[in-house]
Amino acid sequence: MDREDVHRALRRMAHEIIERNEGRLGEVVVIGLQTGGAPMAEALVAALEEIDEASAPIDKGTIDVALYRDDIGLRPVMPEEVTEIPVDLTERIVVLVDDVLFTGRTIRAALDALTDFGRPRSVQLAVIVDRGHRELPIRPDYVGKNLPTRRDEVVDVSIDGVELGEMVK
Amino acid sequence: MPDVDLVIRGGTVVDAAGSRRADVAVADGVIVAVGEGLRGDRELDAGGCIVGPGLVDLHAHLREPGKEEAETVETGSRAAARGGFTAVVAMPNTTPAIDSASVVREVQTLGREALCAVHPAAALTVGRAGEQLTPMAELADLGVRLFTDDGNGVQDDRLMRRAMEYATGLAHDVVLAQHCEIEALAEGGHMHEGAWSSRLGIPGIPAAAEEVMVARDLALARLTGARVHFQHMSTAGSVDLIGKAKAAGTRVTAEVAPHHLTLTDAEVASFDPVFKVNPPLREQSDVDAVRAALVDGTLDAVATDHAPHTQEDKEKPFDSAPPGMLGLEYALAIVLTEVGVPIEQALAVLSWQPAAIARLSDEHGGPIVEGRPANLCVIDPTAEWTVDPADSASRSRNNPYAGRKLTGRVRHTVYRGEPVVIDTEAQR
Amino acid sequence: MSGQHLLSVADLGADGIDEILQLTDTFVEVSARPIARVPALRGKTVAFCFYEDSTRTRVSFETAAKRLSADTVNFSIATSSVNKGESVRDTVETICAMGVDALIVRHRSAGVPWQITRWVDATVINAGDGGHEHPTQALLDAYTIRQELGSVEGRKIAIVGDVAHSRVARSNVAAFTALGAEVTLVAPPTLLPPRLDDWPVEVSSDLDAVLPKVDVVYLLRMQKERMTESLIPSLREYTAGYGLTRRRVDLLADDAVVMHPGPMNRGVEIAAEVADLPRAVVTNQVRNGVAVRMAVLYLLLGSGVDLKPEVVGA
Repeated sequence: MDREDVHRALRRMAHEIIERNEGRLGEVVVIGLQTGGAPMAEALVAALEEIDEASAPIDKGTIDVALYRDDIGLRPVMPEEVTEIPVDLTERIVVLVDDVLFTGRTIRAALDALTDFGRPRSVQLAVIVDRGHRELPIRPDYVGKNLPTRRDEVVDVSIDGVELGEMVK
Repeated sequence: MPDVDLVIRGGTVVDAAGSRRADVAVADGVIVAVGEGLRGDRELDAGGCIVGPGLVDLHAHLREPGKEEAETVETGSRAAARGGFTAVVAMPNTTPAIDSASVVREVQTLGREALCAVHPAAALTVGRAGEQLTPMAELADLGVRLFTDDGNGVQDDRLMRRAMEYATGLAHDVVLAQHCEIEALAEGGHMHEGAWSSRLGIPGIPAAAEEVMVARDLALARLTGARVHFQHMSTAGSVDLIGKAKAAGTRVTAEVAPHHLTLTDAEVASFDPVFKVNPPLREQSDVDAVRAALVDGTLDAVATDHAPHTQEDKEKPFDSAPPGMLGLEYALAIVLTEVGVPIEQALAVLSWQPAAIARLSDEHGGPIVEGRPANLCVIDPTAEWTVDPADSASRSRNNPYAGRKLTGRVRHTVYRGEPVVIDTEAQR
Repeated sequence: MSGQHLLSVADLGADGIDEILQLTDTFVEVSARPIARVPALRGKTVAFCFYEDSTRTRVSFETAAKRLSADTVNFSIATSSVNKGESVRDTVETICAMGVDALIVRHRSAGVPWQITRWVDATVINAGDGGHEHPTQALLDAYTIRQELGSVEGRKIAIVGDVAHSRVARSNVAAFTALGAEVTLVAPPTLLPPRLDDWPVEVSSDLDAVLPKVDVVYLLRMQKERMTESLIPSLREYTAGYGLTRRRVDLLADDAVVMHPGPMNRGVEIAAEVADLPRAVVTNQVRNGVAVRMAVLYLLLGSGVDLKPEVVGA
């Protein structure tokens, strides 16, 4: 995907979010996973606010889920950014945003983390790329692109595009 | 010539008179011949080795009676023999202290079966409490020649003066030896007061704690004419005072321990209580000064201050652990390797000079000539070895030299004609 | 932080300190949540071996461990009659045989944490060893300075009081100077370490002259026992010369802060009313203490920064 593709995908996903949460957009909180999901969440919020100009600004935040990961102790795991969730999530509709969905373990960790900030009415998942290889029963609600990959490939997602590369040993 | 029990063959004999290539023949505990081409039923190979008078340690803690789990007279004497010592002056800070005739006799009796001569020193004051003099005449009659409260110094100035005066009137020629430490200055300290104690936050013992007592006793020695010996000198200031006093004619002798010739307070950074000792390991400038003082004769003897402690004691927190380190099996090698004096001088400071100070020259310290008691050591001056704490005859393992590479080792030791150590192995 | 233990600030270096302080931000945020807890150290056990009584430090560490979902076990040997007389080695070997991932040790003798690392495999954290070091205190102090003043680098810091006997002072000197601060020790000569020639600090016995120039005044506890050792003639004289009185506080620059490791001797090293001024940030130090200790525990027990990096799945 190139820059245009990403931008187009974000707009489409924003439309889908508005459609699915018709009438309740004010309850939506968009939360980006650090570090890949955060710029995507920013872009998604910008798209949402552009499409639905009349509404109030959308609540947003970022979350670093390192401390909830299930591979602590198996490999080096370090929080990279400080979590910022400025609102109580109780009864809110959380739209979790990440750049790549792979095994699903990061999202599981994110779900655990979210419960420490309140009890959302629902949690929906938006990802720019779904590369397959799920290890847990996690499924996205909004997908930018489905991209079948080999396990040893690396997917790099940014506002400027999506690239596929080989794992550097 | 009587039946020769033992011949030490192929070595170079070294004593105070000089050195010469010679074999030494021994019979009935006595040297019967010194010359070339001697043969006998039993032979000890001394090829490439130095044959010297057995070493004499002015300062060893044999811990018996009272702390036999750390060392006994027997195990201590075995360690001494492996280190080339044929005589050891046993320090009196036992439990009970060696401050009465009965304890003197007890240690002498224990020493009869030992692998070297064990000469108990007696305390200067009863119970080493620093208040009342021990019966010096009675103890001297039993053979005690060295009096010390070692473990502590005598704090009471007047008492020390009286001790010195009284000693000069005894029938026997005794020496008063001092562990120089002013308790009021040392109190609460556990290592040398200096840059390292400042860094580590451990209260220190300043050099002045030793030097003030050295200065006091020098003045009292001049006042009373007594023969005074300073134990384990460790600071530049102390050796400076001694040097000046000797130049001015004061009758004083002094010893240094092997660890003060080579280890510094930097060792304490490991927080291993093996490096805790009294006087403490000092800073480099002190080590340099003390080494120089040994080389130039200001210090007369190297004395081990062999101080065994159980593993449990030496695993206590640093400030609670008792001070002291092993030394009997390493003293000669440390002097040869770290101070670098020629073998003749090493033997002087480890054998005949300490023998003279302890009034043991009749039996120990040479010369190696016909008629003298056969108390000898055979040293391989080029032997390279690494200190292995497990390879020790001592009951304890508080060894500060673990892993150190040394050059020079005692190969055999002959005590009263009996080879008690052969090829570094104790024979009993 | 490399290595398995936190024994000494001096061993961390500027990079090690920075790593911990940076991670502390994360744990400050966690601690501010309504449910101040993360599962990061679930299944790990942290044991407290406090040979010296210290409720504050122990509770701070305990809170930190629990917020990381670790289990805690307490061996208050200072008050337990069961373990008195038992050697330190026997006690820690027994504790570790029960399955413990970290030992947090406080002892009145310098060096005990180092000795313990020779006997057991568990991670050892030094919570104060004699007069030697108190690494987590220095870290929380550095974090607090960063929080209040933006950075430690370039700051002028005065450490006032009984430096000679203070593990807090030793750790602070190491931490602050490693981070690029200028440190001045202010004390009467009897309360300074005997040899300071290679310490990267200035020394002064004139508190009034130093105060206008500094960004931080760090006050050490003045213990009453020092009087019996003839280190100072009286507490009154100490306060007159080295106490942060109301008069002295006015000498400080407007944004200078006052710090203290606690507990404070109001009226001795700090006047009672000074302790309550906004510029005295002692409660911030305490609050930051939990977050800093969480960062330390996570780095040592969870982050696996020593593990060989492998494929990191998403």
